Amino acid sequence: MRLEVDRIAFGYGSRLVGQDISFTLEENEVLVLFGPNGAGKTTLFKTLLGFVPLRAGTIRLDGQPIGAWSGRERASRIAYVPQAHAALFPFTVEDLVLMGRAPHVGLFATPGLRDRDVAAATLERLGIGHLAGRAYTEISGGERQIALIARALAQEPSILVMDEPTASLDYGHQMRVLDRVRELAGEGVSIVLSTHNPDHAFRVADRVALVFQSRLAALGTPEAVLTADTLKQLYDIDVVIGTLAGSDARLCAPRNKT
Amino acid sequence: MTRRMLSRRRLAGSGFLLAFAGLLALAVLSMTVGKFDAGLADLLAQIRAMLGGAPADETVATVFWNIRLPRVVAGLAVGAALAAAGATYQGLFRNPLVSPDILGVSAGASFGAVIGIFLSLPVGIIQLMSFAGGLIAVFSVYAVAAAIRNRDPVLVLVLAGIAVGALVGAGISLIKILADPYDQLPAITYWLLGSLASVTSGDIISILPALVVGIVTLFLLRWRMNVMTLGEEEAKALGIDTGRLRVVLVLAATLITAAAVSITGIIGWIGLVIPHVARLIVGPDFVRLLPISMALGAAYLLVADILARSIALIEVPLGILTATVGAPFFLFLLASGRRGWQ
Repeated sequence: MRLEVDRIAFGYGSRLVGQDISFTLEENEVLVLFGPNGAGKTTLFKTLLGFVPLRAGTIRLDGQPIGAWSGRERASRIAYVPQAHAALFPFTVEDLVLMGRAPHVGLFATPGLRDRDVAAATLERLGIGHLAGRAYTEISGGERQIALIARALAQEPSILVMDEPTASLDYGHQMRVLDRVRELAGEGVSIVLSTHNPDHAFRVADRVALVFQSRLAALGTPEAVLTADTLKQLYDIDVVIGTLAGSDARLCAPRNKT
Repeated sequence: MTRRMLSRRRLAGSGFLLAFAGLLALAVLSMTVGKFDAGLADLLAQIRAMLGGAPADETVATVFWNIRLPRVVAGLAVGAALAAAGATYQGLFRNPLVSPDILGVSAGASFGAVIGIFLSLPVGIIQLMSFAGGLIAVFSVYAVAAAIRNRDPVLVLVLAGIAVGALVGAGISLIKILADPYDQLPAITYWLLGSLASVTSGDIISILPALVVGIVTLFLLRWRMNVMTLGEEEAKALGIDTGRLRVVLVLAATLITAAAVSITGIIGWIGLVIPHVARLIVGPDFVRLLPISMALGAAYLLVADILARSIALIEVPLGILTATVGAPFFLFLLASGRRGWQ
């Protein structure tokens, strides 16, 4: 499916948090939103998910404007992966993932056999089948993030919206989560995610959208958008971008002070 | 996977059977305890008489069927109702310290009843005022919360509940000061501590529709309730119409609390403690949590009521017993590290 964001503006009350933003998310694409704190990335996500009203423009999924959709219709096409958080009640990972079936389960019903099959298959697909019976409150932060991705996939969406999926994870889990994101994009899901780490954008992004001062400042391949000049403008930090011997990954490092 | 699910289901099945047997045993025990000397043998004789055997003593029949049975049924129903409401509110407000009176339903119900007692109105009217008072209090909390926008709706609701509850509490205090200290004040105090002693079968029938509507609603929405515990945004992202679902759940829980409180007065602690115990036993899944909470709440109130009429020469108000047993137990749970929440 193809998500078209067409000259939208959004915000709370009379304050616009973003305006004149347009981009298209192609099928199987990973689009990374990059930009400083407070640039409007999270609010843009909330707008895509329907939490924040559109002030102008339209969002279309395969040509259909999603504004008129019910919450349930939207949730069966666009899924949200929040940052791994502490949960209050110790639901098992299986029960948590099963909640991803909410858009497919009737109002007064409980999940049926097919829903349980989808949940179990999703757990296996993400390699956390062994966690099914564990309490979500007792697994590690990285495992929680994977479990939340599993819950979103159980919705059987075509678009995944991920809010800083690597925030507050250790290095190993950051890399594993990014690898999962890359794999999923090859399996019929389009992903839009935000990150503050340029290295992560280089690692997963097909394209990077630069969000700065409520507007889309640039849109293109990571190499084209995330340049030393751009990062200097955004953060006032001098950086060099390159690769290390033995790795194809592009990395960003602070330049020596002269 | 399937084997685990099957064994889980079988375990749940035997658990429900066990709970039902336990409740039945408690109900029979409760039928045979009281001031009047009528025990298990008399009860059996009564049942035999009803089935067409030798006629049994009529005074004893009155004690069993007109005095004790309504009391037992009310204990079961009110205990189950308060625990169900507590489990709902704790999940909905994502806070394990929440009890059914968080939105002011108990305060409102008390205010209604206290005014009724102060004006020396008939019992039926006092109950009606109590029921209405509870509903009005929660409606005003909801109206205030709805008027405040751009804030976390759950937090606003809880804070509005506390504020309205405090206001109504001031009204109750005022009436206590104005009330006749020899006649009305004891009645008010007694009502505020809860009792099953004066419940009649008519009372039970009058609150039955409200109880059934509320509990059936909670049962129908029991799985959706799980999703609500994830919080506003995540539930919305999963396609839940959170605003509307919250109103329905609050209404259902308020309805059963107001109905229960209107015939028994305020019985504290059940709605707070019982859902915790239930969560320790079956986990947080509301599909199982709701029925187990109700069974435990019913059992707890029956036991408290048996104690209330047997440990002292006078009837001990239930609120005193549920708190003196419930509070230490709550502290024990806290200290033992076995927790159903984070």
